Amino acid sequence: MQFVTPLLEGLKVNLEILVVSTLLAFLMAFLAGFGRLAKYRVVRGITLVYVEVFRGTSLLVQLFWMYFALPAMHVNVSAMAAAIIALGLNYGAYGSEVVRSCLLAVPKGQTEASIALNMTYPLRMRRIILPQAWRMMLPGFGNLQIELLKGTSLVYLITLADITYKGMILRSANISQQSLIFAWMLVIYFVVAYALVLLIRYFERRAAVGRG
Amino acid sequence: MDVKRKVEESAPPIVRYKGISKAYGDHQVLDHIDLDIRPGEKIALIGPSGSGKTTLARLLMTLEKPTSGTIEVNGEQLWHMERKGKLVEADEKHLHRVRGQIGMVFQHFNLFPHMNIIRNVMEALVHVQKLPKAEAEARSLEMLERVGLKDRTHHYPSQLSGGQKQRVAIARALVMQPRIMLFDEVTSALDPELVGEVLDVIKNVASEGEMAMMLITHEMDFARDIADRVLFTDGGRIVEQGPPEQILEHPRSERLKLFLARFRRHFGDSADVMTAVGLE
Repeated sequence: MQFVTPLLEGLKVNLEILVVSTLLAFLMAFLAGFGRLAKYRVVRGITLVYVEVFRGTSLLVQLFWMYFALPAMHVNVSAMAAAIIALGLNYGAYGSEVVRSCLLAVPKGQTEASIALNMTYPLRMRRIILPQAWRMMLPGFGNLQIELLKGTSLVYLITLADITYKGMILRSANISQQSLIFAWMLVIYFVVAYALVLLIRYFERRAAVGRG
Repeated sequence: MDVKRKVEESAPPIVRYKGISKAYGDHQVLDHIDLDIRPGEKIALIGPSGSGKTTLARLLMTLEKPTSGTIEVNGEQLWHMERKGKLVEADEKHLHRVRGQIGMVFQHFNLFPHMNIIRNVMEALVHVQKLPKAEAEARSLEMLERVGLKDRTHHYPSQLSGGQKQRVAIARALVMQPRIMLFDEVTSALDPELVGEVLDVIKNVASEGEMAMMLITHEMDFARDIADRVLFTDGGRIVEQGPPEQILEHPRSERLKLFLARFRRHFGDSADVMTAVGLE
């Protein structure tokens, strides 16, 4: 058990990054998801570039960019901020596809009924389309949320003292027990991931109201 | 049930289609339609599918934009507005203002699945007409009672039969008190035994309302009972129109005769079919 305490200390860093980058990813997912469906071509173009660049390049390289390349261009970000921004933008790009496809998946009849009741676009989105799309987004978001959690293990490569970093330190001091150390790391990741699964399930159940 | 009311012949039209055309690419769905609907008038549109009758309703509900021509609602342009003395394309704000006088019921109900019945009906009263919640709820309950669903207010749409869903959809549209209501094949998606309850509700509404109605239907008996005027559309044009008796029993054009004959062969039309069969 002597390894658990330092590992949990490292986990704090992962959780902090997880929470803040999830918020950023959500924001980006909705901005870009709506952006892809925007009336103006310029908006659609810009969001498409963002989505494809962040989906099409490696997360690790994005982390390196934020942390090593930007300072070389006189933009200074802390390791923590670099981790949060890279993860948030990366998963926001994936999330935007979830948002976009689910908005499109709400039957057209729902929009037509809203227009027939003279609802304006914002009202229609807020009260009719988004609540239905949200329900369909949850499984996709659940997947990405767990992916994001596991993505936080990369931040040790930009010097952050997260759980993976702590594990590597412990390992170099207790090389004979490395299997045990790695096993603990797996268990800790799994427990957090499972907690996220349960949380998402709770939201899914809540959103399922009215569906037979 | 005699549901027909006297329609004021001289009153200005509540709806006026003027030279309305609609095309999807090369396909001409509506071809220079002129049509006046007077306040309180009940018109039924019959015709083969693809003849443009649904499009006619959808243009009025602003679900689709005409390729050319104008529509006036209560003397006001729907798809156009005046700006600096010129008629320009209407913006969203203008459409919002004018279409408040129009309501529509759809073939596939389109109830909001995430809201229970009472909230489906209340939703636009509260958020569009901005009524206080208590008043909106009272009016919605009254309307649900009228369509015979007062005991289902806290059910969700998925828990109702097709006929019940369509009655909720009718209540939801009616509660907004439109000047004209569009019924787009509202019984076509229903099991045959559920058609009657929906038609009864519409007849009931027609009998007491000052509201104009446009019924797109394949129920000929129903059209005959309710409509002041029946219009037969084919190939994007109004081929023939007149009182139901004239259109349904003494059709003049060959196309309408053919349509009615085919129609009766497929669906049967009470006594007419018996006579036809008897004669053969």
